[in-house]
Amino acid sequence: MKILGKNRGTNVPLSETVIELFIRLCGISSILFVFGIFFFVFREGADFLFGGLDLGQFLTSPEWYPTSLGNKRYGTLALILGTFSVTALAMLLAVPFGLGAAIFVSEFCSPKLRETFKIIIELLAAIPSVVWGFIGLTLMNQLIIKLFNAPIGLTMLNGSIMLALMSVPIIVSIAEDALKAVPDSYREAAEALGATRWQLIYRVLLPAAKNGLLAAVLLGAARSIGETMAVLMATGHSVNIPEGPLSWIRTLTATIAAELGEVARGGEHYQVLFIIGILLFTITFAVNLIADLVIKGIRKA
Amino acid sequence: MEKKKIEVSELRVRYGNKPALNGVSFDVYENEILGIIGPAQSGKTTLLKVINRTLELTRGTTVEGTVKLDGEDVHTITDVYGLRRRIGMVLPLPVGLPLSIYDNVAFAPRTAGPRKKSELDNIVERCLKQAALWDEVKDRLDSLGTKLSGGQQQRLTIARALSHQPEILCLDEFSIAVDPVTTMRIEEVLKTLRTEMTILLVTNLVQQAKRLANRTAFFLNGALVEIDATDVIFSDNPANQSTYDYVNGNFG
Ligand SMILES: Nc1ncnc2c1ncn2[C@@H]1O[C@H](COP(=O)(O)OP(=O)(O)O)[C@@H](O)[C@H]1O
Ligand SMILES: [Mg+2]
Repeated sequence: MKILGKNRGTNVPLSETVIELFIRLCGISSILFVFGIFFFVFREGADFLFGGLDLGQFLTSPEWYPTSLGNKRYGTLALILGTFSVTALAMLLAVPFGLGAAIFVSEFCSPKLRETFKIIIELLAAIPSVVWGFIGLTLMNQLIIKLFNAPIGLTMLNGSIMLALMSVPIIVSIAEDALKAVPDSYREAAEALGATRWQLIYRVLLPAAKNGLLAAVLLGAARSIGETMAVLMATGHSVNIPEGPLSWIRTLTATIAAELGEVARGGEHYQVLFIIGILLFTITFAVNLIADLVIKGIRKA
Repeated sequence: MEKKKIEVSELRVRYGNKPALNGVSFDVYENEILGIIGPAQSGKTTLLKVINRTLELTRGTTVEGTVKLDGEDVHTITDVYGLRRRIGMVLPLPVGLPLSIYDNVAFAPRTAGPRKKSELDNIVERCLKQAALWDEVKDRLDSLGTKLSGGQQQRLTIARALSHQPEILCLDEFSIAVDPVTTMRIEEVLKTLRTEMTILLVTNLVQQAKRLANRTAFFLNGALVEIDATDVIFSDNPANQSTYDYVNGNFG
C-alpha cells in the first residue's frame, strides 16, 4: 500500500494511519481537481480545436465575429492584447503602490497604525469584484470623462485602475509578509554598519525579500489576468486593438463571461469560448512557470 | 595606554520599566582590549548598543548618564550614521547579509557615499586579509555571503566591521556559534588589530578574556561589579568574591 507511506512497523496507532491517509487524499485530490478542470475545458473545445479552427487566425487575427451570419471569424488577437494591456497597466499602477505600502507598513508604521492599516487592506480585499465594476461604471467613468475630456470613460485605464485596486491588497499583504520574514539580525547588522533607513531598505531588505516580493507581484498579476466582472463592466467591452490607456477594450475573460450564456451548447462558438479558456489556462501556466524559473534562477545566483 | 577612548559615567538604561544597566561608570583606554564578562542578561549587549547608539532603534528605551567618545558625548553627535561607522560591531550570530561577499564588505563604505571601484577593491582585499578570510574566498567574491560556513561568515562579519577603519571594534560573544579552530584564528586576528584600534570584547568564555584582554570588566545584573587588570581579575584575590566565583566557574 504505497498510499499509506512506508512500512513503519506495527506500533503505529490506527488513528495516525487514518489521519495520514486523509491528508494524502487531500493532497492527491487537489491535483485531481486541477486535471479534472483542465480535462473538462479541453473536452468541450477539443472537437473544434482539432477539426476546423484555424489556429493561426485564432491567435493573430483581430477580427472577432463569432455571430456573423455569412462569415464567422474567430480571431482573438484584440482580446489577448486587451487582457495583456489592461493587466500591464494595472501592474504599472499597483506594483509601485503595493510595494511602497508594504514597505511603509512593515518599516515605518508604529505597531498601532500597522494594525489599522492591515484591517483597511483586508477590507479592500473583501470588496467583491462586481462592486469594483460598478464603481468603474459610474464613478470612475465620470472622473475619466472629466479629467481627460474623453467621450466615454469606460476604457482600459478605467479597468486597470479597478484591477490595480483589487491586486494592491494581495501585493501588500504578501510583500509585507516577505519583508517581515527578513531576519532582524540583517537589520541589526546593517544598522550597526551605519546604514540609514533607506539604505537598509534598498540595500538589504529588498534584496533579502526579493523572492517573496516577486511572488507578490506575480500573484497580483495572476489576479488581474483572471479577473472578469470588473473588466467586463469598466473597459467598454468593445473588440478593439488597444492604442492607449483611453482605448476601450475587451478581455479574454470578459468575452467568455458575456457570451457563454448566449451560445448554443456544443456549437462552434461555444467551443471557441472553451478554447479561449484553454488559452487562459496556458497563459497562467506560463506565468507561473516563468515565476518558478525566475525564483530558481535567483536562488542559484 | 594613557589616553581615554571611551568614558562611561553613571549609565542607566531601561527597557520600558525594566532596568538593564543601573548606573555604570568606567573608562576604556586607547588601543587596549577590554574584556567584558558576566552571565547572560547582565547588560553586556545593552552596553555595546548604547555606545554605537543602535539602542535607540528599539522602542521604549531610556538612557541616562553619558558615554563619551574622545571626550565627546555620543548622544550629542548629530551624524549618528557616521558615529556607527566609527565603531565596528560583531554580533553573536554570524550574519552574512544576503549580498555577495564583496558587497558585504563594501557595504559600510558605500553607505558613507559613492566610492571608486579601485578604492573599494582595496578595502575589500585589505579587510578580508585582516579577518583571515581572503585566501578562502578570493576566487569567489561574487558568490553570496550567506552561502559561507558559520565560521567563515563570522570572519566575513569581522571583515565588514573593519571596512570603515573603525576606531573601536566591539565583539559581542563572537565565538558562540563558531568552531574552536575559527575561534582561535579570530583571536589571532584580534591580537594583531589591537595596535590599530580599541577593542571591546564581550565574551561568554572567561578564558578568552584571560587570553586576550589587558583589562577585564565583570558585569552582573546590570551592575559593573569590578574592572581591573586581567591578571587581577583572574588571580586568587580579586576585589570581589562574586568575581572570583564567576571566573572560576562556581557561580550560582
Ligand atoms: N529588546 C529588549 N526588550 C526588553 N528587554 C530587553 C531587550 N534586550 C535586553 N533586554 C533586557 O535587558 C537586560 C540586559 O540584557 P542584555 O544587555 O542582552 O544582557 P547580556 O548581553 O549580558 O546577556 C536583560 O534583563 C534583558 O532581558
Ligand atoms: Mg548579550
